[in-house]
Amino acid sequence: MNEKEAPLLEMRHISKDFFGNQVLSDVNFTLKRGEILGLVGENGAGKSTLMKILFGMDEIHQTGGYGGDILLNGEKVAFATSIEALAAGIGMVHQEFSLLPDFSATENILLNREPLKYTVFSELFGERLNILDREKMTEISEKAIKRLAVPLDPEMLVSQMPVGHKQFTEIARELSKEGTGLVEGIKLLVLDEPTAVLSEQEADSLLKAMRLLAETGIAIIFISHRLQEIIDVCDTIMVMRDGKIMKTGPSKGVAIPDIAKWMVGREVNTSAIVHRVFDYENKDIILALRNLWVDMPGEVVRNVNLDVYKGEIIGIGGMAGQGKLGIPNGAMGLFPAGGHVTFEGKDIPLNSPRNFLDAGMAFVSEDRRGVGLLLDETLEWNVSFTAMQIQEKYLKQYLGGFFKWRDQKAIEEETNGYVKQLEIRCTSTKQKAKELSGGNQQKICLAKAFAVAPKLLFVSEPTRGIDIGAKSLVLKALRKYNEEQGTTIVMISSELEELRAICDRIAIVSDGKVLGILPATTDSAEFGLLMVGQKSEMIDGGSV
Amino acid sequence: MTLQRTKSQKVLRFLGNNTVPILFLVICAFGIPLSGYSTNYLVSEVVVRIARNSFLIVSLLIPILAGMGLNFGMTLGAMAGQIGLIFISDWGIVGIPGMLLAMIISTPISIALGLWCGKILNMAKGREMVTSYIIGFFMNGIYQLVVLYGMGSIIPIRSSALVLPRGYGIRNTVNLIGIRKSLDNVLTIKLFGVPIPLVTFAVIALLCIFVLWFKKTKLGQDMRSVGQDMEVARAAGIKVEHTRIVSIVISTVFAGYGMILYLQNIGTLNTYNSHMQIGMFSVAALLVGGATVSKANIRNVFLGVILFHLMFIVSPMAGKNLIGQAQLGEYFRVFVSYGVITISLVLYEVRKKRDRGDAGQLLAAEQGEAE
Amino acid sequence: MNTQNMISSVKSTLKSFGLPRIIIGLFLLLLFILAPFVGVNIGTSLSDTLNRFGMNAVMVLAMVPMIHSGCGLNFGLPLGIIAGLLGGTLSMQFNFTGPSSFMMAILFATPFAVILGWGYGQLLNKVKGGEMMIATYVGFSSVAFMCIMWLLLPYSNPTMVWGYSGSGLRTTISTEGYYLHVLNDFFSIRLTEHLTIPTGMFLFFAVLALIIWAFLHTKTGTAMTAVGSNPVFARASGINVDKIRTLSVVMSTWLGAIGILVYQQSFGFIQLYMGPFYMALPAVSAILIGGASVNKATITNVIVGTFLFQGILTMTPSVMNSMIHTDMSEVIRIVVSNGMILYALTRRTEATR
Repeated sequence: MNEKEAPLLEMRHISKDFFGNQVLSDVNFTLKRGEILGLVGENGAGKSTLMKILFGMDEIHQTGGYGGDILLNGEKVAFATSIEALAAGIGMVHQEFSLLPDFSATENILLNREPLKYTVFSELFGERLNILDREKMTEISEKAIKRLAVPLDPEMLVSQMPVGHKQFTEIARELSKEGTGLVEGIKLLVLDEPTAVLSEQEADSLLKAMRLLAETGIAIIFISHRLQEIIDVCDTIMVMRDGKIMKTGPSKGVAIPDIAKWMVGREVNTSAIVHRVFDYENKDIILALRNLWVDMPGEVVRNVNLDVYKGEIIGIGGMAGQGKLGIPNGAMGLFPAGGHVTFEGKDIPLNSPRNFLDAGMAFVSEDRRGVGLLLDETLEWNVSFTAMQIQEKYLKQYLGGFFKWRDQKAIEEETNGYVKQLEIRCTSTKQKAKELSGGNQQKICLAKAFAVAPKLLFVSEPTRGIDIGAKSLVLKALRKYNEEQGTTIVMISSELEELRAICDRIAIVSDGKVLGILPATTDSAEFGLLMVGQKSEMIDGGSV
Repeated sequence: MTLQRTKSQKVLRFLGNNTVPILFLVICAFGIPLSGYSTNYLVSEVVVRIARNSFLIVSLLIPILAGMGLNFGMTLGAMAGQIGLIFISDWGIVGIPGMLLAMIISTPISIALGLWCGKILNMAKGREMVTSYIIGFFMNGIYQLVVLYGMGSIIPIRSSALVLPRGYGIRNTVNLIGIRKSLDNVLTIKLFGVPIPLVTFAVIALLCIFVLWFKKTKLGQDMRSVGQDMEVARAAGIKVEHTRIVSIVISTVFAGYGMILYLQNIGTLNTYNSHMQIGMFSVAALLVGGATVSKANIRNVFLGVILFHLMFIVSPMAGKNLIGQAQLGEYFRVFVSYGVITISLVLYEVRKKRDRGDAGQLLAAEQGEAE
Repeated sequence: MNTQNMISSVKSTLKSFGLPRIIIGLFLLLLFILAPFVGVNIGTSLSDTLNRFGMNAVMVLAMVPMIHSGCGLNFGLPLGIIAGLLGGTLSMQFNFTGPSSFMMAILFATPFAVILGWGYGQLLNKVKGGEMMIATYVGFSSVAFMCIMWLLLPYSNPTMVWGYSGSGLRTTISTEGYYLHVLNDFFSIRLTEHLTIPTGMFLFFAVLALIIWAFLHTKTGTAMTAVGSNPVFARASGINVDKIRTLSVVMSTWLGAIGILVYQQSFGFIQLYMGPFYMALPAVSAILIGGASVNKATITNVIVGTFLFQGILTMTPSVMNSMIHTDMSEVIRIVVSNGMILYALTRRTEATR
């Protein structure tokens, strides 16, 4: 490779903040033709923001742009839209498929870019009345598929494809844009976690296809959390953490534990919370999950076995999409699930939230707006509803319990209590839940769960989408509740450091299974290894 | 990994997917011998109904392609067609030229109504059907305002045969003697004693060819994309809203032509009723043919016309012969028409859910192996 | 409070009241103002409006439970009406007369309403998201089915069946001698020669409205509102969403049955066959005019909406007729009622999810 030639892509001093929240600072890297760059980092490390900046996504422009320069072939560029980025030869394959199920691979590859055959009607009614040139469509898509050297049938319907083929279709779509009005030649492809949903075999053929493409001179930015793949396929590895580049270097000679170490160890503002030593001696198992499977789209749980001890705070961590969220949602009954859940020695029938709640468990959902709150109702309703329905709190009973009247006063008192206790900022308890900020909404969700006085509380992503101040408040409230009420807490979070800060032990979930459970005091590099699917000797099954 | 289904499950699935046509076959199988009609009579009646109704039903296909469900707003097109017919009756233009002129008049009205209807439906995504249904009612009010109060007062209508005795407004029934069967009678041949209006059939065939051709155009492809997933289509740069509006406009214009074709066969216009019923009957016929809210093709149209109208023809006689009351048969066919739409809508919603449930079965099966 | 505050509070009140409601309200006011000038007696008009309010209010109230539980606008009201018709006709068949015939009609109608409503609720639970369209057609099919039944059922009371054949119910049956005006005349107050207040009918409605209001304050009522507001939240709180929805449908159906009986006792006739066919639309639009949306409704919405809607229906024919000698009321009714439903269907703000 000619070293004097200007690099294909160079990003200089890129920085970005969302309303004062610094997500990227001083990011520098270069990319040559035909180079494969592996980009790794924990969720929220800034990978996707960096890519969004490269593509000139609306989201970036609407939040005040970015700092630093992007150079393409030595020339400064700033794309206003992803279409401009494409015109310059940069294609992207997103993590979520953007495919139409009832269309064939060819139709999807050429969606809205179909070659047309002239018909007279188009003179009258415009271009859209030309008919599709099916032969040419097949030709183009076959050509694009050929470059990947994969056995993808261009006529197969997407709905009948295995996932791997869907991924190939997506990549072929980007390649097929070459030589059309949109772009002369694809020079750079960004693949965002393309192997996440693939089987090993499929992933292998994808990696092969990537190498093939690179040989033809296309540079690839490969985002993945499967570190072995990164090491196998990439020329260069770039590790991000907390919006900074921790390490850039050739992949040769790098071992997985190194990468894992660079990836994790993020600093979290949890100074106020001190580690404690939880005594597991003579503690009963309060909750046991056996062979749990959960069909939660995007968070499938396959075969989870987990014991939770009375009084502890156990964390469940892992990468997004690996199934950690599926565990509480399935146990609670919000998504179809199977297997066995035993609580205090009793079997809890699955698929019914009522059984779960009656047994004395509660759940704070990660989906605040969808599951956690009655957005159109008052705070009072939100806080009191579950407790009222499950435990008949805040009700005045008449005629021997035949008539259960809502006790407005009791509801108000209780809500006011929580507003004070959790420092919820609101104009009154009559305010609608949708009018609160994210952090305060989260506190309402906690208050709702506290109101039922659960023996065991599932908390899912309690700090997602809330600011730092509120974060530590929420975490402190959880710890305090655990200590004062003796409530066992199962906390699910994507942020390892947050888990390490308040949990006693942490289970790491990958590919829908519990890979291992470690004490929270374990070095974060160990967790990093577990997250990417590597077990070291230190880890032994489910016990502590 | 796929779920293995047993044979009985497959049969059940087939029955489930074709409930409505099978139900109708059964009804017809009982109804035909009960009615006592001769085969010849039935065949010629059905041929007439095919010629009369299929154009209207075909007009429903395009919005289904675009994922907008059954276009109950086709009544808007029917109104436009009727307005065209009222004008040509007033001007005394007869025969094929009259029909053509009526179509020409109806076209801009249909386009305007279709544009408006499409815009409203874009504001009510996810409940297009109920909205288009209410649009039909709403527009019926405006139609009455124009035809019952505007015509003869603001809009000049001279013919006293059309205008109510009070001096304005169109009479309840308008005799379309001028264009009555003018298309049907251009060329008719008798096949086994059954008269077949060849030209009308040719027109319908032409429309079917158009629909088939249309599916191959870029616009047709765009509609299929929008129908499957609006967000994916939008991400690919397809103008989703525009495409949806166009599909409604095309449907409305065709419904207008279809109405003219329908009324030339009938020969009289029920000024304030014809259009209201036609929407319901067309939708029911299409569903009887095995179409669903999201999938319909030309085969469904013809199968539907035949089965639905067979039931329609035989039920009064069958009712009379069975219970002794023709009225009963008439109520029965109304009940069946509505019932069929209800069943189809319910099945559609239930099926949507069932497909989602399959994923869970797969996981359970997988787990079974793991254990 | 300073002026600016007042203006903004007036503005927000107006906004929450909604533009269509204001227009319709002003239109009605205009009609009442115009009435004396074109020779229409205000007393009669007001009396008519009040009477029609009483006749229809219960059927509009029947919208409330289903809207609360998130089943949408009850286009399937005809199903409830059918239960009411069965109750009414049975009560006459068994020759109950006077006030007792009304009581018996309600009693007979109740089991039908419960059974039909239960089945209807089960059906709607299977088609979540597509309730309104299916509700419409359930209404239509059941009316058509009952057309067959009215012909076949062995009714024999000579005031009800066709005279010439002795079987099959008539299209309209007079309630005279049975429950005609049993509510209207109950403590009715005659203010002037033209203005009468049908106290009994109002009281009856008030009792039902109070029951619904109270129900919405109980534990189950709270659950119903929550189910309508966010069904996933309700499920996560251990509520059996399907059961609550079914309950709401049963309540709506029962209220529909009672509603038609109240209507008949004032109107004087039982309308069978295709009579109930389009009865859902006026009730739906009335509650929407009153300020309800596809998933929020209150008793106030019922009262305001019924009054405005029935007011316009009463006033337009008389005032318009006197002014331009044309009865355009039918057209106005169609445009206003369906326009209102369209407005509600196309509004995006109705649910924050």
